[in-house]
Amino acid sequence: MHPTDFTIAGAVAALEEGVISAEELTRAHVAAIEALNPKINALITVTAEHAIEAAKASDTRRARGEAGPLEGIPLAVKDLFCTEGVPTTAGSKILEGFVPPYESTVTTRLKRDGAVFVGKANLDEFAMGSSNLTSAYGGVLNPWSRRNDPQARLVPGGSSGGSAAAVAARMALGATGTDTGGSIRQPAAFCGIAGIKPTYGRCSRFGIVAFASSLDQAGPFARTVEDCAVLLRSMAGHDPKDSTSADKPVPDFVASCGQSVKGLRIGVPREYHIDGMPAEIEKLWRQGLEWLRDAGAEIVEISLPHAEYALPTYYIVAPAEASSNLARYDGVRFGKRVAESNSDLRDLYERTRAAGFGPEVRRRIMIGTYVLSAGYYDAYYLKAQKVRALIARDFREAWSKVDAIVTPATPSAAFAEGENSDDPLQMYLNDVFTVTANLAGLPGLSVPAGLDPQGLPLGLQVLGRPFDEETVFAVGAALERAADFKALPGMRAGA
Amino acid sequence: MSYTIDGETGPWELVIGLEVHAQVVSNAKLFSGAATEFGAEPNSQVSFIDAGFPGMLPVINRECVAQAVRTGLGLNAQVNLWSRFDRKNYFYADLPQGYQISQFAHPIIGTGEIEIALQDGSTKVIGITRLHLEQDAGKSLHDQHPSKSFIDLNRSGIALMEIVSEPDMRSPEEAGAYLTKLRQILRYLGTCDGNMEEGSMRADVNVSVRKAGEGFRTRCEVKNVNSIRFVMQAVEAEAWRQIEVWESGGTVEQETRLFDTGRGITRSMRSKEDAHDYRYFPDPDLPPLVFEQSWVDELKAALPELPDQRRARYVADYGVTPYDAHVLTLEKETAAYYEAVAKGRDAKQAANWVMGDLFAAINRTKTSIAEPPVSAADLGALLDLMADSTLSGKLAKEVFEVMVETGRAPGVIVEERGLRQVTDTGAIETVIDEVLAKNADKVAEYRSGKDKLFGFFVGQTMRAMQGKGNPALVNEVLKKKLG
Repeated sequence: MHPTDFTIAGAVAALEEGVISAEELTRAHVAAIEALNPKINALITVTAEHAIEAAKASDTRRARGEAGPLEGIPLAVKDLFCTEGVPTTAGSKILEGFVPPYESTVTTRLKRDGAVFVGKANLDEFAMGSSNLTSAYGGVLNPWSRRNDPQARLVPGGSSGGSAAAVAARMALGATGTDTGGSIRQPAAFCGIAGIKPTYGRCSRFGIVAFASSLDQAGPFARTVEDCAVLLRSMAGHDPKDSTSADKPVPDFVASCGQSVKGLRIGVPREYHIDGMPAEIEKLWRQGLEWLRDAGAEIVEISLPHAEYALPTYYIVAPAEASSNLARYDGVRFGKRVAESNSDLRDLYERTRAAGFGPEVRRRIMIGTYVLSAGYYDAYYLKAQKVRALIARDFREAWSKVDAIVTPATPSAAFAEGENSDDPLQMYLNDVFTVTANLAGLPGLSVPAGLDPQGLPLGLQVLGRPFDEETVFAVGAALERAADFKALPGMRAGA
Repeated sequence: MSYTIDGETGPWELVIGLEVHAQVVSNAKLFSGAATEFGAEPNSQVSFIDAGFPGMLPVINRECVAQAVRTGLGLNAQVNLWSRFDRKNYFYADLPQGYQISQFAHPIIGTGEIEIALQDGSTKVIGITRLHLEQDAGKSLHDQHPSKSFIDLNRSGIALMEIVSEPDMRSPEEAGAYLTKLRQILRYLGTCDGNMEEGSMRADVNVSVRKAGEGFRTRCEVKNVNSIRFVMQAVEAEAWRQIEVWESGGTVEQETRLFDTGRGITRSMRSKEDAHDYRYFPDPDLPPLVFEQSWVDELKAALPELPDQRRARYVADYGVTPYDAHVLTLEKETAAYYEAVAKGRDAKQAANWVMGDLFAAINRTKTSIAEPPVSAADLGALLDLMADSTLSGKLAKEVFEVMVETGRAPGVIVEERGLRQVTDTGAIETVIDEVLAKNADKVAEYRSGKDKLFGFFVGQTMRAMQGKGNPALVNEVLKKKLG
């Protein structure tokens, strides 16, 4: 078995048993990165030397009997997490040259538990996108390809496209991502791996470059549901440095993956049967529900009457917050500065921001500024907040009838570069099944469950009650067992 | 008689409201752990949060919230157990985040009121509209380099309380009295040091004018006025300007103005059309600010005595006049000094000494009540020396002057200089006998009915005793000998 084929749980066991050293495991991944990253472009910054040093230190710790739960596990970190001493770009030119003098809480915790970081993963600029094509550092190639059109350059999804592609192509055993409207679950589905956006407040946002603060949430990618549970266990927990992080104990998510779904009530939202959804998606959804029924769960149809307003609501709230969050990128204190010798302050702002931000970021800043402006605030932002409250209420009502909700993760399989990019509205539709969880703050897990006729992976999404990731993991693991998803992307280490 | 300004078309009333920015006394900033010391090296008290670095998040400082609640209680105001922070968005080089975290829609403190004292002895209640917490911005320095501006972020993120009054003031005097009273309350509470020259208290002055009986006319805001005197001047200057505009057939436009202290006029800063659209919205990084009434009660129970309460107590317990009580309580330090002197002594006498000799000495020596030329303990000891007849009032004044000069204790001075008053009747009699013998002619005149000469004998006796004779005893013995 090639060392890059380990699951995290498997690698932890192998390291413990001395079958492999952290250094060997890391070197295998560094080699995979050297071979594949030039094509896939999953990592913006490769930290190979750092990683090998960290792996050696990990081996030393293990030898001293001080191994943490993720001791020696090579991970990729979405380049939205600030990492001390390692450039952090947020996929944007405006952060060119920015090397944070501090570390995000989530990556601090992963390091504390022994993880080894192999690089900073590519992403849509400031996490704004569903294709990874808005990155200033170039798109990421999905390691999967279409059966009858293998030359088509498929996107990995976004915004955490680099993280998902890196894990799928076996450049890392797992990765961190962030999810504001689907940015973990959609790329996980497109790349045939698992990914969870936990409950809002479960992971600290401290040190993560903010996109939309009330929606942003960090979460893990891995190739199995259990591995996601292992990573989330390390990432999660209260942080006094983030006022929105929840002061709740972190349960044993790994144990939840082995829980039976027998007797659980699984909700199927009527409103998620959207027009024009491919038949294979409908079919996979039905299949998933059957698997759960076979495992002893009860399937219950529910209604989320405001779900149809989720996407427009999201595309008001998220840009509004972003327009404010991105005001700090002004060329004054860090990152890029573009100024003529006779620039005044306004000129400095305009030149810097025009050169530093790409078109999608500029579009969202303009939308966000507009919806918060005097005279439009009530009609857009305030109304969106009201709808958001209604969407959250829909879910609260649903939780009185069901324990989890299962839906498709995305309305399609991975698309090719250029296929969705002419019309931003078409692109925004990618988030149709995922944004509700962000608006309502719920945990959502994407599990690879099947292939489309082109041989591309499709994912199912499991949603749960706030801070009930345990049920989400139980249902996700049950789907994973039933689906027995064994397909592999064409482009991967050892292939 | 209410205050008016006489224009060409007759008298005009003034309508004044103040927005005061008061820097909260706390060791750390509102949302970061950075220090707040005044006058530190530029950019030495800045955390990554204050500098708006990527991924940094605000965390509310509990002590700043407590200070705002204390202030609200001191302003007899409603304390809101649920309030919220909003972002006020605008671009400026000394605003690192590109927004100021403030409380727009739901302030921590609601309506309240304070009573101001006016020179004619009357009082007036001024309404408080609200108090909210917000972050200060940094400071732009434009005079350090010929072509560059420098930014100092030490102030960035420091907690401010914005205290907004109702438009209840009608004269420059009232505006000045309001600001004086507000500062007094803040200093008593220890929630703001009130040092306007250091910028820890600044006022935006809203002024409009109107004819008697009218509703409000358009107001203008004069920004960032930094002394009580300038506030009073700015009110008057802006009122005159508006009266001239109205009387020349023009219309006052709502705008933001600046007070030119050198020329004593206000200048336009920006018109309403140029006003920023601040795009306020709830700060998603901060959950609503929620606390329990029981915490407010705890803070209330621990509140220090406020100026109004203290004034009333001085009148009731010390028997001083309301005016004296007002003067003694104006500054917290004066009140503390006074109480230290008055405690267990003749409180009225203590008041006279503090307001008379001590204040005069402070003025003369250019010191302050915080660092007085004579300590309260020494002044108290001096009063004790009078009480036990060691010193006469006259001698005490002499001793006090020596105390101011040398900083030494009154007992020491009395001993060293032999200033102790003579209370030995025998010694006094001896001196009086000599005086009477030397002035036999005056004694005869006195005895023939020229009573006024009594004072002459007192003077002669005291002079012979170098002022040390106990005045009461001297009187007594003289009366006996002359009688």
